Amino acid sequence: MLTLLKKSPLSARVGLIIILLNLVTMILAPAIAPYGETEMVGEVWAPMSAEHLMGTDQLGRDLFTRIVYGARNTITIALLITLLSFAVGSLCGFLAATVGGWVDQVISRIVDVVMAFPTLIFALMVLSVAGTSIPVLIAVIAILDATRVYRLSRAVAMDIEVLDFVEVARLRGEGLWWIMRHEILPNAMPPLIAEFGLRFCFVFLFISALSFLGLGIQPPTADWGSMVRENSGAISFGILTPLWPAGAIALLTIGVNLVVDWFLHRSSQIRSQ
Amino acid sequence: MEPLLKISGLKIEGREGNRWQPIVNTIDLTLQRGEILGLIGESGAGKSTLGLAAMGYTRKGCRIASGAIVFKGMDLTKASGRQLRRLRGSKIAYVAQSAAASFNPAHKLIDQFCEGPVQHGLSSYEAAARKAVDLYRQLGLPDPETIGNRYPHQVSGGQLQRAMVAMAMATDPDIIIFDEPTTALDVTTQIEVLAAIKGVIQQLNTAAIYITHDLAVVAQLADRIMVLRHGNLVEEGAAREMLENPQAEYTRRLLSVRSLREDKAHAAADRDVILDVQNVSASYVKGVNVVEDINLKIRRRKTVAVVGESGSGKTTVARVITGLLPAYRGKIIFDGQELSPDLQSRKRESLQRLQMIYQMPDVALNPRQKIRKIIGRPLAFYFGIGGRKALERIQELLRLVELPENYADRYPSELSGGEKQRVCIARALAANPDLLICDEITSALDQLVAEGILKLLQNLQNDLGVSYLFITHDLATVKAIADEIVVMLNGRIVEQGVKGEILRPPHHEYTELLLSSVPEMDPDWLDNLLEERTTN
Repeated sequence: MLTLLKKSPLSARVGLIIILLNLVTMILAPAIAPYGETEMVGEVWAPMSAEHLMGTDQLGRDLFTRIVYGARNTITIALLITLLSFAVGSLCGFLAATVGGWVDQVISRIVDVVMAFPTLIFALMVLSVAGTSIPVLIAVIAILDATRVYRLSRAVAMDIEVLDFVEVARLRGEGLWWIMRHEILPNAMPPLIAEFGLRFCFVFLFISALSFLGLGIQPPTADWGSMVRENSGAISFGILTPLWPAGAIALLTIGVNLVVDWFLHRSSQIRSQ
Repeated sequence: MEPLLKISGLKIEGREGNRWQPIVNTIDLTLQRGEILGLIGESGAGKSTLGLAAMGYTRKGCRIASGAIVFKGMDLTKASGRQLRRLRGSKIAYVAQSAAASFNPAHKLIDQFCEGPVQHGLSSYEAAARKAVDLYRQLGLPDPETIGNRYPHQVSGGQLQRAMVAMAMATDPDIIIFDEPTTALDVTTQIEVLAAIKGVIQQLNTAAIYITHDLAVVAQLADRIMVLRHGNLVEEGAAREMLENPQAEYTRRLLSVRSLREDKAHAAADRDVILDVQNVSASYVKGVNVVEDINLKIRRRKTVAVVGESGSGKTTVARVITGLLPAYRGKIIFDGQELSPDLQSRKRESLQRLQMIYQMPDVALNPRQKIRKIIGRPLAFYFGIGGRKALERIQELLRLVELPENYADRYPSELSGGEKQRVCIARALAANPDLLICDEITSALDQLVAEGILKLLQNLQNDLGVSYLFITHDLATVKAIADEIVVMLNGRIVEQGVKGEILRPPHHEYTELLLSSVPEMDPDWLDNLLEERTTN
């Protein structure tokens, strides 16, 4: 692992540092933040000062504190959602590609039906019926995202499935799980990892869209996406407040993608040399 | 007279990590008007790189380190991108190995033909189209007036390759570079393409560089031959002289490949049958039989070769035997027991005793698994061998296929094509099979490498007593290793029997066609053959 890091390019190291920074912030949030998460401590939209490093938000809460706590909530939920959607999506995708026939038909048509709904409307529908809570939020977005992951992993797996080494495994009498886990998954990794980086960032935006409509992470819990929305009005007065959470999202996105790029590069080398 | 093309002291390097490695090493080459120069060597010899350099082009990641490429007084290494663009496709044309991959599948043949002349401003679309019909006729394509209106997938491989040759001649180039144009074709189709190329080149007096790894092919066309190896020139000389009297050791080895193969006279002592296929028919779509009424027997320690051109159903036979494509009629009896037609309901034991080796070792090995895992899996799966014992067995198997033991920790991408095929063989052997089905296993390999693989299979048969079902379109391979031959055409067996009988006249007319189509080293072979066929 260490030797791997030594050989990593500068861009990947920058990405790793960004991710590490976010992780440390997440874990040590109460120690880093100067104020409480929901504490109102100053003027509305106060400028940057020694007391308020990034100024204050629309209710007079310390923005730096909110960003630190926001990292906790946003990243944990986004990561959970992305992991869940990839687990479900790629498993179904591989299954459809490997077994084919009616299994493929049934799963694909169900996915088509889910995809036929506009995602936001679908999420609104489920959340208003099931009630807004974090587990429901995670499940809904994960299922919506899983449809995209399903499509990608099915297409990738179908390309791999026709290769001779999969036929060799079938001829050997291998079971479905072995074929999916050992023959298809390692070869499907590069596009899936790339998609992971992208999906992870989209989830932020989706959560914030839901939060804006009052169905996402509920105030006063801090979350970067809703912080951008809540403070967006400030921009028209020339106040920079919403740029801070937006910058935090952008920074993490860039960091994640720098690392993903490096993964991608490494794994495609094994394949094509 | 000033030569048309003069390459002097050319050195081309390719990037490997952070270093530049030579691919072509200080080569001199001259080409006169109307001359055909054959470039031959194994893959990795630098022949394609050299051929492309004649157009002033290098592949991505390569560079011309030193030397000059002078075409009609102009040094291409110093020419601007604009000058080179004007030259390529008009004065110098290129015919690639795989026509199927080189044509744009979304455009008609004739549109692609006319693109060159029109782009270069040499003629109008109508004039170019008329010329296309002319060339199609000269190249012996069927329906020359209308074939241009077809899309690439609507014509056969051989026809497509000829359409590509026509395309290269669209602008009356001074030089055409042929990069293995017949390598991907069947012997019977190869003849047509070779004859067409030879005819047109002679007629139009175009100079050509013909790149191939097959000496017998180049013997038919070239006036002069250059033999390359590892980017160095091994030998150069007039074609006839070189074939009669090769100077370099390496050339002699290349020449002797085909003639070395001697008949293996086996006493027919062991007569028991390992595989008996009875009246088998199979189809992909109901009602259309891909193979029909197949009957064949394979005996222990024997090799049965199935020959035929592509589309004759020989691979389908293998798929039916392995159960990948269930037969809907007939029986497959393996060592006295009837196998169920489909793979899923076969017993693990019968799967283990019947193994398969594929044509393309690149896709037959999982690129993400180390050799250790690839060979080790059958051991664990069939016999439950793991840990230390497995490693010992893996190393033993690697030794058996003549690979170093430390290859166990490599990935397939770190091996050459021939080595990968050896790994495939080791994986098949790990299952202790009684029968190995070999599907065109040498056709993706260079001659000398293929030779090595065939020798290895021969030795393994003697040592381990496995039987082979050998599927191939290469009759030289058949002559080398088969005990019995099955000739297939359009999904049916047209002739079968012991090798000596099949190869001895009188033949079935299709067998005759196949046999006579295998190129021979004799430079006059093609002309004689074509003359013979037209008089009959």
